[in-house]
Amino acid sequence: MYTQALDAKDAAKPPADPEDLARERAFQARIDDEVRIEPNDWMPAAYRRTLIRQISQHAHSEVVGMLPEGNWITRAPTLRRKAILLAKVQDEGGHGLYLYAAAETLNISREELVDQLLSGAAKYSSIFNYPTLSWADIGAIGWLVDGAAIMNQIPLCRCSYGPYARAMIRICKEESFHQRQGYEIMLTLARGTAEQRAMAQDALNRWWWPSLMMFGPPDAESSHSDQSTRWRIKRFSNDELRQKFVDATVPQGHFLGLAFPDPALQFDDAAGHWRFGPIDWVEFKNVVAGNGPCNRDRIRQRREAHEEGRWVREAALAHAAKRAARAAAPAAAAAE
Amino acid sequence: MTGEAKLPLWEVFIRARNGLAHKHVGSLHAADAKMALQAARDVYTRRGEGLSIWLVPSTAIVASDPDEKGMLFEPAESKIYRHPTFYEVPDEVGHM
Repeated sequence: MYTQALDAKDAAKPPADPEDLARERAFQARIDDEVRIEPNDWMPAAYRRTLIRQISQHAHSEVVGMLPEGNWITRAPTLRRKAILLAKVQDEGGHGLYLYAAAETLNISREELVDQLLSGAAKYSSIFNYPTLSWADIGAIGWLVDGAAIMNQIPLCRCSYGPYARAMIRICKEESFHQRQGYEIMLTLARGTAEQRAMAQDALNRWWWPSLMMFGPPDAESSHSDQSTRWRIKRFSNDELRQKFVDATVPQGHFLGLAFPDPALQFDDAAGHWRFGPIDWVEFKNVVAGNGPCNRDRIRQRREAHEEGRWVREAALAHAAKRAARAAAPAAAAAE
Repeated sequence: MTGEAKLPLWEVFIRARNGLAHKHVGSLHAADAKMALQAARDVYTRRGEGLSIWLVPSTAIVASDPDEKGMLFEPAESKIYRHPTFYEVPDEVGHM
């Protein structure tokens, strides 16, 4: 995920009055001392906006992320794989809920957050706009997409905003299962028939570059990161995290006996890093702008799910109101 | 979407095992207590995190005001004589 939100531009703020400046200085001093900020503490309006944008984009990504994987639940190759995939998709839903709850502590309602996703006003991670064409894609998503997510998310466990940091700690514990189960799928395919190996290779070919794009634009272009770094929302730059991911992942791919779709990929002995070729940022911008292979499909499915669930929400509230009225009725009668 | 009634917010507390206190783990939206309990089980105990769940309507929680933190908590800071390490006991006396 999902720190792509940090790179969005924020509206220019009006000049602050001296009292606000003093509060902002005190706020920054607390952050510099690694004191966590909690929901009812004073915070600059821009800090609140930045967090709402990032946490909600993160939550939306978890929820939309259920779609490409859910696509394979009915066609998982074995019952074991099916049970695992169900558990993983259920986790993604759970992660979305932890994160929505963290965003709501910043004084925005769940309904507003869901509206922002369904209306297209809010973004979610670009990665979920790619299709899952074969079973091997489920392996590649776990290994690469969740692997990239973990790189991004571990530093967020120390984010300055308490509720977000606490949600991330739970999420990181669970993501580890996701990455390992994905790698196991890839390993099984890589050790299988020629056809299975070809499936694994094809999945790596299609998911590698979009996974590198998950870390967001190169540092030179993401001007917004500076403020997020000062606020200790972000602790590593996009390029630093991307390099860490590449260094960790390339040997894992070689162990599988697969080739990365990057002719420029080579080990830099002096620096101790895997150097990779240029990323197609035009494709990234297109996908973020809504023109990826599955953007319209994903939002259509979320809207349908929300509309089809409406009667359930209404019935649950009506039932609760009826039960409450019944419980109150004998008490009222007794009081007369 | 808009105009729809809101589902109430609940705070979730979980006892990880007997002998430990219930600890706040997060919150969720549900129409009533029964549904909140089912949702808390699904959302917060997928990996054996607990043996007991408490749910409290968020509106029922009374919280102290962070702006009054000084007034509320600073008086305790100067009273170091409330801690056992304030007192000197000669080594010869042994553990006390």
